[in-house]
Amino acid sequence: MSKNYYDAADLRKFGKITEWSEELGNKFFDYYGKVFEEGALTAREKSLIALAVAHTEQCPYCIDAYTKDGLQRGITKEEMMEAIHVGAAIKSGATLVHGVQMMNKVNKLEM
Amino acid sequence: MATKSLKARNNDIANTSRQLEILSNGIFADGELPTFAAKIKETNQFPLRPKKLEILQINLGYMCNQVCEHCHVDAGPDRKEIMTVETMQQCLDVIKNTGAHTLDLTGGAPEMNPNFRWFVEEASKAGIKDFIVRSNLTIIRANKKYYDLPEFFKKHNVHVVSSMPHWTRGKTDKQRGDGVFDKSIKALQELNAVGYGMPNSDLKLDLVYNPSGAFLPGDQMALEADFKKALKADFNIDFHHLFAITNLPISRFLDYLIASENYEDYMYALVDAYNPSAVANVMCTNTLSVSWNGWLYDCDFNQMLNLKVASKVKHIKDYNEDLLQDRNIIINQHCYGCTAGAGSSCQGTVA
Repeated sequence: MSKNYYDAADLRKFGKITEWSEELGNKFFDYYGKVFEEGALTAREKSLIALAVAHTEQCPYCIDAYTKDGLQRGITKEEMMEAIHVGAAIKSGATLVHGVQMMNKVNKLEM
Repeated sequence: MATKSLKARNNDIANTSRQLEILSNGIFADGELPTFAAKIKETNQFPLRPKKLEILQINLGYMCNQVCEHCHVDAGPDRKEIMTVETMQQCLDVIKNTGAHTLDLTGGAPEMNPNFRWFVEEASKAGIKDFIVRSNLTIIRANKKYYDLPEFFKKHNVHVVSSMPHWTRGKTDKQRGDGVFDKSIKALQELNAVGYGMPNSDLKLDLVYNPSGAFLPGDQMALEADFKKALKADFNIDFHHLFAITNLPISRFLDYLIASENYEDYMYALVDAYNPSAVANVMCTNTLSVSWNGWLYDCDFNQMLNLKVASKVKHIKDYNEDLLQDRNIIINQHCYGCTAGAGSSCQGTVA
């Protein structure tokens, strides 16, 4: 077993999760595959959303996978970076918007 | 980026037996990944055999005005291997009698062969249905003597197939050299100006897309749509189809994979994407490749690995289509490049 919590080679083994729970594993991969099909959003748009979410979730496997997916689709590095900034903006916005809660609490507690 | 071929740099990888050694050792020798032969045996497709011959692909020489990072030919200005008139004449004799419906001229930059125009003129008289010249585009702008190539192609009803790795300057120049993008755009506009690539035009202009790095090509139709949209909006360029071609792990691309420590991951990606239905239509089953000096190969990649056809007939001067059709195709691990995903050939996807 690897001495690291994350091993890049483990991404290739993702499909094996089905071996210990076939029904749920298959349902997950069917769902996953369906989600990324061309729909109201293009597969290209979905790839960029996935890349942004991969970063906000800080999933190294997903970052590897959707960076490569983006390159395969001809997505430029500028587009990828902009997508990540969207994720980062929401992440930081989500932190900062809680500042209102802090302000509310201060206003309530302070004389 | 390099300005000389691997051969001129005396790079170890320029040696074809060294390439075959790399492709057979390591992850394939220790059983971590199945060899291509073992893989196609799973679906009873071994040995791989030719179907009807459809395409005769002739390499007019390895000389090129570009030194692309991914080039499987290891072409460049320093390569002096050029087809002679004598070999061209032998090819013409075959072209007149072949059952193939497509003649596909490649290189290097085939236009740099001093007898290119004569050969095209003669070959076009043979009445081949689809006559392709693979042009790197920049050659059209490289020197005044090439400026009239669009008109020349038009006169002989040549089907132009050109390389274009991306619709942005940065990605294109990184793979193919500084200034290549601008020259390619100018060349495409000139081809459009004489009627090439225009909607409903019989003057066919197709583009070839190779990924600019250690990843596989995406969906051919989606890429074509993106290329069309961007080239039209940015440069008012029209073309017909885009062929998405996988980079095969040989020659300069193999050198790049090893130097960038991407070789094993790339081979895993190819094997993981293996598609048995692509095997049935790989181009070696309907194509014959002729080298600048007349030797015969199952495909352009086998040519670059110096793997001559496994047939009594090995040279264009002894050409016999029936005998050649009765052969086993020579395979190695590089063949995974043609069977990944939707498959890959000089005509794009195959599955």
